[in-house]
Amino acid sequence: MKPAPFDYIPAASVAEAVAALAELGDGSKVLAGGQSLLPMMNFRLARPDALVDIGGLGELRGVQARERFIEVGALTRHLDLERTGVPGPLGSLLRSAGAQVGHLPIRTRGTFGGSVAHADPASEWCVLAALLDATMTVTSLAGTRTVAAADFFTTIFTTALEPDELLTAVTLPRLDESYRVAVVEFARRAGDFAIVAVMVACSVRNGVIGDARVCLGGVADRPVRSLAAESLLAGQPAGAAAFRAAADAAAAAVSPPADIHGSAGYRRDLVSVLLRRALERMAP
Amino acid sequence: MIGKPLRRVEDLPLLLGTGRFAADISLPGQAHLRVVRSPVPHGMLRGVDGRKALSMPGVIGVWSAADLDLGPIGFRMVAFPGMLPYRQPVLAAERVRYVGEPVAIVLADDPYRAEDAADLVELDIESLPPVLDQLQEPAQFDDQNDTEALLHEDGYGDVGAAFAAAPHVVELTVTVGRHTGVPLECRGALADYRPGAGTLDFYGAAKVPHQNRLLLAGLLGLPPQLVVLREAHVGGGFGVRGEVYPEDVLVCWASRLLGRPVKWIEDRNEHLLAANHSRDQVHRIRAAVLADGYITAIDDEFWLDQGAYVRTHAAAVPTLTASMLPGPYQIPAYRVRGHVRLTNKTPAGTYRAPGRYEGTFARERLIDAVASSLGKPAMEIRLSNFISPDQMPYARPMSALGTDLEYDSGDYALLVGKAQARFGLAELEHGLAARRALGEAVGMGCAFFVEKSGLGPYEAVRISVDQSGHIDIITGAGSMGQGFETVITQICAQELGVRPETIRVLHGQTDQIEHAMGAFASRLTVMAGSATLIAAQALREKALAAAARMLEASPRDLELSDGAVRVAGDPDTGISLAQISEALRPDQAARWGLEPSLTADGWHTTDHMCYPYGLHIAVVRVDAGTGQVIAERLLVAYDVGRAVNPMLVEGQIVGGAAQGLGGALLEEFRYDDAGHPQCTTFMDYLLPTRAEMPPVDVLITEDAPSPRNPLGVKGAGEGGTTAMGAAIAAAIDAALGVPLGVKELPVHPEAALRLAKAARRESTSEPGGA
Repeated sequence: MKPAPFDYIPAASVAEAVAALAELGDGSKVLAGGQSLLPMMNFRLARPDALVDIGGLGELRGVQARERFIEVGALTRHLDLERTGVPGPLGSLLRSAGAQVGHLPIRTRGTFGGSVAHADPASEWCVLAALLDATMTVTSLAGTRTVAAADFFTTIFTTALEPDELLTAVTLPRLDESYRVAVVEFARRAGDFAIVAVMVACSVRNGVIGDARVCLGGVADRPVRSLAAESLLAGQPAGAAAFRAAADAAAAAVSPPADIHGSAGYRRDLVSVLLRRALERMAP
Repeated sequence: MIGKPLRRVEDLPLLLGTGRFAADISLPGQAHLRVVRSPVPHGMLRGVDGRKALSMPGVIGVWSAADLDLGPIGFRMVAFPGMLPYRQPVLAAERVRYVGEPVAIVLADDPYRAEDAADLVELDIESLPPVLDQLQEPAQFDDQNDTEALLHEDGYGDVGAAFAAAPHVVELTVTVGRHTGVPLECRGALADYRPGAGTLDFYGAAKVPHQNRLLLAGLLGLPPQLVVLREAHVGGGFGVRGEVYPEDVLVCWASRLLGRPVKWIEDRNEHLLAANHSRDQVHRIRAAVLADGYITAIDDEFWLDQGAYVRTHAAAVPTLTASMLPGPYQIPAYRVRGHVRLTNKTPAGTYRAPGRYEGTFARERLIDAVASSLGKPAMEIRLSNFISPDQMPYARPMSALGTDLEYDSGDYALLVGKAQARFGLAELEHGLAARRALGEAVGMGCAFFVEKSGLGPYEAVRISVDQSGHIDIITGAGSMGQGFETVITQICAQELGVRPETIRVLHGQTDQIEHAMGAFASRLTVMAGSATLIAAQALREKALAAAARMLEASPRDLELSDGAVRVAGDPDTGISLAQISEALRPDQAARWGLEPSLTADGWHTTDHMCYPYGLHIAVVRVDAGTGQVIAERLLVAYDVGRAVNPMLVEGQIVGGAAQGLGGALLEEFRYDDAGHPQCTTFMDYLLPTRAEMPPVDVLITEDAPSPRNPLGVKGAGEGGTTAMGAAIAAAIDAALGVPLGVKELPVHPEAALRLAKAARRESTSEPGGA
């Protein structure tokens, strides 16, 4: 459990970081909080030739508030989001999701951008990014581009990031006061990666659901929106009947993987139970 | 002092960060050893190619079985000759038998480089189909032997007649999964062979240094006195840590080969592959029962998945399973057949409450089944089958760990009554019933057990007072964090009337005392504690004899208190132990006709164990949607005979309960169908954390002191673990309203969800049903 040899390149600026990535190419990895990458290196499941450490780039840490959206810097710690003062339903969602990331030491050290770039299909931030149709800001020597969440997560631990690109920020749309949100997940122990994670954000006016967003983690090779559930919720009264129908439809529509922590059938059961709970518990 | 919750005397260096664990010890010029392990579960080893590794910078050498001239690792206890063919070689020679088996070693000047080079050692292995199930018919192990290493048969009484006459026969099959003790500190070893002197020093020993010295010296062909094992701080043992494993032999062998110190520190990934697994038993058990619930016979057959080899514990686990299974009940006739079967998994050994966690689960589930089939409360069945106090000592005509199985003392019904009163079990159950009526799946389960402790045959202690009055207690027994130093200090301080701060306990150093057994089988307070008392009594006599000369008084008129000897009734005559120690110079001692030095030895020897007992109670809630089992409360009542330090007894019980809960709900070594281990990190081997562990209420009683040692004590090391699996299983049944629902540990949430769904179907198909 000691990593294979690697070069260590501390970056003093984003420009330096992307220059290093361009030079090093495929064999390099970006080091942020190190909460996933370093264990994988210690198990020698990851063997990068070089680590470009962006940990010192203070400009990438923090949340920029704009009128219609917020921009979360890639180096923003999980704990920063768990304690964020962002108002409204988006703030609730961030605080609730942040509180369920790992354990306190992980939340203190690990970063939002690191999680998103790592692309674990059960990660809270990946599920949240897909839920809200986040936009990823990506920088390389060639310049800056943006990638929609739907295009960003390609498969397990894999994203649309090119080897020479650095994720610098994620843009999340604000949710107006009509939205009700919830994060519900199930793990066998507190702090473990969820076996199934469910996030919902529904606009409810006069008891009727408008925009309905449902995203599932742990049921596929990436976080997935449940279009089946969303379509059964939109336009319906926010109540038990719609919630049950949506939960059952979401469960029927997934083909989850199986592992030692749960069979495919069990994960499907969890989707139904957890989504119903999320819908019942959702709050501003 | 005895009976007081003295704070642990061994904690200061740990709190100051000055503890020295195996990895903290380094020697100049040390080389670092990395083990190359088999990546396949079963196969013929055709070749080991270390050329690429040898070309790496800093690499000293690569060695495989062909380079070794060492026999397999021997047995430390319960050594049945029929198991000899199944001993583990130090390095696999012709065949690899589990993922993680040591195949070669790489030595380098740095642990990183050793690991880099080990990656480059190429193994040519021709895969063979693995054996992964102890229930399948025995397969071929080698040319002469099949994979059933032992069929252990034991029992007494006419089981056949009892079953023939019984109005009720209750039968069930239950399984305890594969899990083990996971100490916070992984293993580690540093061997220092000195060419010329011919001595071997071994750092990182634990648990049983004197026993391991004999094993290691024998394997290496060295006189035992030239081999010194040294125990440093140890971060947990639980039965797993401190046995002789291949890596311990390899560092010694390599140090002798190279003439320089060789260090190996295990990482967690290795630990979960290499250190002993445990449990993994399937029991098919049945009871012959009279109409009133009295059990006239138990017939049990079990299958133990031993993994790939038989290690140092040999037949300890199966024989303990067999002999302790009847537990607190009379059981006039008993038959047991235990199959120890080899598979292609990590070898198994003992883990806290070995054999009893499994056997208690089988027996207490059987009791619950009897109760369910007769429609009586399980506790009533227990009470009507208990061995009664007037039957003590109660001999069961069997043996356990080589001793006659004779319970020394106990009043089981008294403990049940005290637990019911202290914990308010009736009100607790009332409250749970009210919650169930509101739709919550909550329930309480109980399980009773008898433990064994204080295994002999001996332990030795030497007490020595220096010229400042400081006292050293020297023992070969091990300290693995359990509070051993504190307990020994309390016993000595009480007998000598000295302050605990003047006492130091030296343990686990084979060059400081000739004889020791070690720290296992909940034996140290009984064995080393009694030896300490005996040594302290001898030291007191010697101090009084010397003081009598100094005061020109009769020893009969003297008393020892507050570290000084006085003429009784004359407080001004005090002579301190320091002064006595100084006076006992060889010349002066000779004039007085005394042996020099204020020292004394004490031995405690015994042919019998002593048998504490307890009641475990679990309260659980099952999330009917996810199947998650949440333990809300655990309650343990335990009779320890006499508690030297009740705080430490409670600590042992709470820690043990956490491990019992882990085995019941979370911990399991799973293998895929090809024999690859699936739980080799803490992401997949799930230990309970603070969040999963509820508060534990502990009731310690001292109603049945042991007549078999001068302190009256019984062991406390394992009684927190023993029946926790059985109690949690019963609680889940109660929560879901499914009698005998849980037959398999650990209870995965998916399995609990299946039970919950079955219960819902049951209740909807029978409207008006309970």
